[in-house]
Amino acid sequence: MLIVAAIGTILVVAGTITYFRYFAKRRLMISTTTSLYDTGLWDEIEKTYEATHNIDLNVISAGTGIAIEHAENGDVDLIVVHSPSMEKDFLEQGYGVCRRIIAYNFFTIVGPSSDPAGIVGVNSTEALKRIVEYGRNQSTHVWVSRGDNSGTHSKEKSLWAAAGYNYTLISAETTWYASVGSGMANTLNVAEQKSAYALADIGTYLKLSTDGAISLTALITQEKALLNVYSVMAVNQTLHTHVNFGDAIDFIKYLVSDEGQTLIENYGKANYTQSLFYGAVQPLKTNPASQIVQWIQDYAFFDGSECPSQYRDGHPELYS
Amino acid sequence: MNEILDGIVKALQLIFSGDPTVYGIVFRSIFFSGTAMILATLWGLPIAMLLGLKDFRGKSIIKGFFNTMIGMPTVALGLILFLIFSRAGPVGFLGILYAPAAIILGQAVLVMPIIVSIATEAIEAVDPEIMNLAKTLGASESQASFAVLKEALNGVLLSNTASFNRAIAELGVVLLVGGNIAGTTDVLTTSISRYTNTHDLDLAIALAIILLVIVFGINLAVILIRKSKIAYFLSQRISR
Repeated sequence: MLIVAAIGTILVVAGTITYFRYFAKRRLMISTTTSLYDTGLWDEIEKTYEATHNIDLNVISAGTGIAIEHAENGDVDLIVVHSPSMEKDFLEQGYGVCRRIIAYNFFTIVGPSSDPAGIVGVNSTEALKRIVEYGRNQSTHVWVSRGDNSGTHSKEKSLWAAAGYNYTLISAETTWYASVGSGMANTLNVAEQKSAYALADIGTYLKLSTDGAISLTALITQEKALLNVYSVMAVNQTLHTHVNFGDAIDFIKYLVSDEGQTLIENYGKANYTQSLFYGAVQPLKTNPASQIVQWIQDYAFFDGSECPSQYRDGHPELYS
Repeated sequence: MNEILDGIVKALQLIFSGDPTVYGIVFRSIFFSGTAMILATLWGLPIAMLLGLKDFRGKSIIKGFFNTMIGMPTVALGLILFLIFSRAGPVGFLGILYAPAAIILGQAVLVMPIIVSIATEAIEAVDPEIMNLAKTLGASESQASFAVLKEALNGVLLSNTASFNRAIAELGVVLLVGGNIAGTTDVLTTSISRYTNTHDLDLAIALAIILLVIVFGINLAVILIRKSKIAYFLSQRISR
């Protein structure tokens, strides 16, 4: 009986592994931010890309921090994230290569339409100060944070720093500061239930708001400090030899192609009356003097480039 | 209120129109948890036979261990398996993290203690005379063991259904080692969580209804098996 048990175990494991290696379509494992995933954009990309390419895109929704961990461990082939400072470390430590900026939009500070802290019309720095002041006089939660080491969370930390607060101390004031440690949609749902303020990416906010899940209002948006830039990077194949590097590069080429950029830009336009994401490739290429390109360069370029040449892994054609 | 009613109506439409997304998820749930149950039986039954039929030192400690493991929190097991299956972990070379094999193995580990505990009890409850009788009639040791196993079949089936139920309803393992990849490793529990978050309530409700039907249906089956087991023992007593 022990022999039967052993054989059965080996059969199941070997069976699934063999299936995935030889019979199933090739897989491209992608770890991505929850903000892109929760809007439904990935479903659309997956459907379109799989229709014309013989590959199975496996998309895991995680915060930027987790996505980068997946990539460092070699558990995925490619990541799409939005935290330039974390991405810089990731490239410098040799884990990732071939970074391309694919899209941008803006974070927004959302809150109840009654705006009890009075933040409409001021900039994000002043808004956070007012929220702190208001929150310290309340016995309920007035600020809901992702708290999951995601790109949005890291943006929140930098906003607190810009407003002159120590993040560790401010997040410890748990009477008014709620850290939920989960994805964008869940964080907004919690903020809605508590009538609290939160930092959100505009894409997820618009989706939930249009679907009627939340009644929170976008109170502050479209300022330089709230810029949100999404990039794609492949996992370095010299570090993790098993990764599907060839397909990862093909997929990056698709994302920056006119077709990929149009898909990103048009996604959700019909339902939400505005684009959830804006393609970054065209403006960066053709309109270097525009304000948005200046902002992207200031925020998300490293040494004056979206991917310094030493991190291009012999794929200069990606940048021509 | 309207949102709830509307969600339920749309959910029923999804279920009865045979929506491919919904049934893909249902199929994966049943397939993963069913395979996990079979695997756990393959591992657990030999152990249960040993514990039920043989006397040895430390037996009660082993039985206590499996009884305790029934209560294993799924997220804790999920975390442990994540660390083991990740490329950075000891069996990372298999490359099974975020693939069905990881879910099946994980759920099998999760439910094996249920198989061991219930099956052991069932085997112990079999009249020891049967073993002796079989041996007297010239059966070998293993043939006699099989005779006992046959008598304990109801209990073994009970352990199977209970473990399938636990596997299909758990979230921690399947989320942490499966990754909830749409079309590959997303199952009922992970999809309900995902679609509730993104406010696709019709899908979430449809999947929840199906999960409840499966779980309650199986619980009902368990009750019926239990009843028939009691009826079986009673009939034995009376006939004696």
